[in-house]
Amino acid sequence: MNDLVARLPEMLAAHIGLSLAALAMGVVVAVPLGILVTRIPRLEGPVVGAASILQTIPSLALLAFMVPALAALGLNSIGVLPALLGLFLYSLLPVLRNTVTGLSGLDPAVLEAARGVGMTPRESLFQVELPLAMPVLIAGIRTAATWTVGTATLATPVGALSLGSYIFGGLQTRNYDAVLVGCVASAALALVLDGLIRSISAGLVRRSRRLTMLGVTGLLGLAAIGATPALHALLTREEAPITIGAKTFSESYILAHVLAGQVTRATGRKARTLESLGSMVIFDALERGDIDAYVDYSGTLWSMVLARGEPRPDRATLLAEVERGLVAHGVQIVAALGFENTYVLAMRREHAERLSVRRVSEMAAHASTLRFGCDVELLQRPEWPVLTATYGLRFADLRSMDPSLMYDAIQADQVDVIAALSTDGRIASFDLVALEDDRGAIPPYDAVILVGERLRREQPDAVEALRNLAGRIDTATMQELNRRVDQDGQSPPTVAASLLNRSP
Amino acid sequence: MIRLIDVSRRHGDHLAVDRVSLHVAAGEVLVLVGGSGSGKTTTCKMINRLIEPSSGRIIVAGQDIATLPAHGLRRRIGYVFQRLGLFPHMSVAQNIGVTPRLLGWSETRVKDRVRELLALVELDPELAESRPDALSGGQAQRVAVARALAAEPPVLLMDEPFGALDPLTRERLQQAFDRIRRALRLTVVLVTHDMGEAMMLGDRIAVIHAGRLLQVGTAKQLHDAPVEATVEELFAAPRRQASLVAAMLDRETP
Repeated sequence: MNDLVARLPEMLAAHIGLSLAALAMGVVVAVPLGILVTRIPRLEGPVVGAASILQTIPSLALLAFMVPALAALGLNSIGVLPALLGLFLYSLLPVLRNTVTGLSGLDPAVLEAARGVGMTPRESLFQVELPLAMPVLIAGIRTAATWTVGTATLATPVGALSLGSYIFGGLQTRNYDAVLVGCVASAALALVLDGLIRSISAGLVRRSRRLTMLGVTGLLGLAAIGATPALHALLTREEAPITIGAKTFSESYILAHVLAGQVTRATGRKARTLESLGSMVIFDALERGDIDAYVDYSGTLWSMVLARGEPRPDRATLLAEVERGLVAHGVQIVAALGFENTYVLAMRREHAERLSVRRVSEMAAHASTLRFGCDVELLQRPEWPVLTATYGLRFADLRSMDPSLMYDAIQADQVDVIAALSTDGRIASFDLVALEDDRGAIPPYDAVILVGERLRREQPDAVEALRNLAGRIDTATMQELNRRVDQDGQSPPTVAASLLNRSP
Repeated sequence: MIRLIDVSRRHGDHLAVDRVSLHVAAGEVLVLVGGSGSGKTTTCKMINRLIEPSSGRIIVAGQDIATLPAHGLRRRIGYVFQRLGLFPHMSVAQNIGVTPRLLGWSETRVKDRVRELLALVELDPELAESRPDALSGGQAQRVAVARALAAEPPVLLMDEPFGALDPLTRERLQQAFDRIRRALRLTVVLVTHDMGEAMMLGDRIAVIHAGRLLQVGTAKQLHDAPVEATVEELFAAPRRQASLVAAMLDRETP
């Protein structure tokens, strides 16, 4: 818990900065846009319609979509920028809609009077229409504010620091304290922000300077907190720390801390981790220099980065080809960690024994009566059609779910076969049997350390430290490390530190 | 002071106002009377360009108003709206001071003028900081008149200004209006459908029916020599009503 609270100021500041900036951009764009469409009525349909469509896109997808969209424009596609843009688009509709509603709902007699006393259209807008529409307009800003703060937790997978790091990391490592801290902090922030804006609104309506000032001061305070990290970075101009990326599962978190710890121990320089990045996002991040190193798997790189298909060569050739292919991306493999993390099909031991199944080909005969569970990624991956074609697999039911729930599902007899990962400690502790891939359909997935260009150029000693990790972790060790996080509830940094403390 | 020359206003196929020509002398109160939809309000609103004429010319104080910027024209013409249109987010004082501020008067001059106008329309100075929603109907009406007069316009347009008031309040306000317009020597165009009001307040009366101007003249002229049955009926109605009331009251006396 202390671990968690220690990072809270940093996460909170990042979260506030991100949400406030997105909200401010939303207001700055949506209010004038709302005014414009009330002046030019034929614009109202298209503009409000476009904003409504943006709003119907699931927020996670909208944020994730910003990554390739920005990359296509040649902009920085990882981190704050895609999150900021996604949140900004998301905040537009409530402000826009309320601006339009507020302005078009005004008493025509008052509008005619504004013309009648000799106001120009601009004077009427600023002296009569906007002040009268203000309560409705501010209600829209409040809606946008709560949405933005909540949705900003989804900024984590696109590489922006936010309270979502607690939630995503916590869900993957089954650390529900972390999930709770993330949720409570973000809910509290949303309430505070809403309260401050409401105070400004009430102050304006009731003409209470005190209430308005209270709200404004509070907002400025939040803005100051949100701006601290950026200002700090600007003022101290310290050397950018080495950043190690992690995907969205326990093993990746642990390995990121192993890499970071190894670098710090060997060079004395600070290394931080950037966690919960999506599979494609993380490689782009490395290529662009937003992160310096991370652990990926040869099979993943073969299909996802090199976009190579089937059939696959043997382990050594595949690794060599991947290494060659990565050169064009400015990425280098500096070490293989010594274990493989591949998909294995697993069943409950008693079930497998009852059906006398030890190999995938034997299980395939029963597949039509079996329910299959896997993570959300497998069904989209190129090896899935290869696997099903090789064995003629036709399951009774296919369900994709969060990996941490998959084991509960097979334990509770809700699925019969799962695609487990070979290094998962839960295979042993849940008494599952990993079926032998007797026709060799599942390609090799050797864990390798990837290093980006910047680190190789500027800090060769850090690269050297990472190289020394070669062969340090075998499959049994990785299973043990995973088990300690997934089942014993230890934190990834603790587990990583204990590994590094062992003599090589 | 105000001259309408062959002014028409067309809504699609419908002629709301059909070739109306009128002249209002300086210091005169001209009352436009007519039924609902007769075009009297449209005629009034064309004088400060709240509605633009489809054809014809309107001259105010010697200038063709089509050649002036509309907002500038409106700052020189007071307007009292049928539905008042007081600005609900402004205090009484701010409502009254709105046109002078648009004209760039100094704050002290605006303040003095507001005090002067509150006295003129016989409103308690204490009300200056009230919001419009705290006012009674009669008070709101007085504020609307004060707002219209704030920038010392020579011309005042009034669109059924007393229509929504109870009879006693209406009578008090009508008397107040009569006093004010004489004191300030205002040129006024007043729209009403109430013949009694027209006769009491107007120097001359213009009868409008179906967009056309039927007859203009003093109440006596119209009464004595109506050009059309419509005009005759308009004048007969209040007297008929009065005699009916008298007859009823007579019957009830023992």
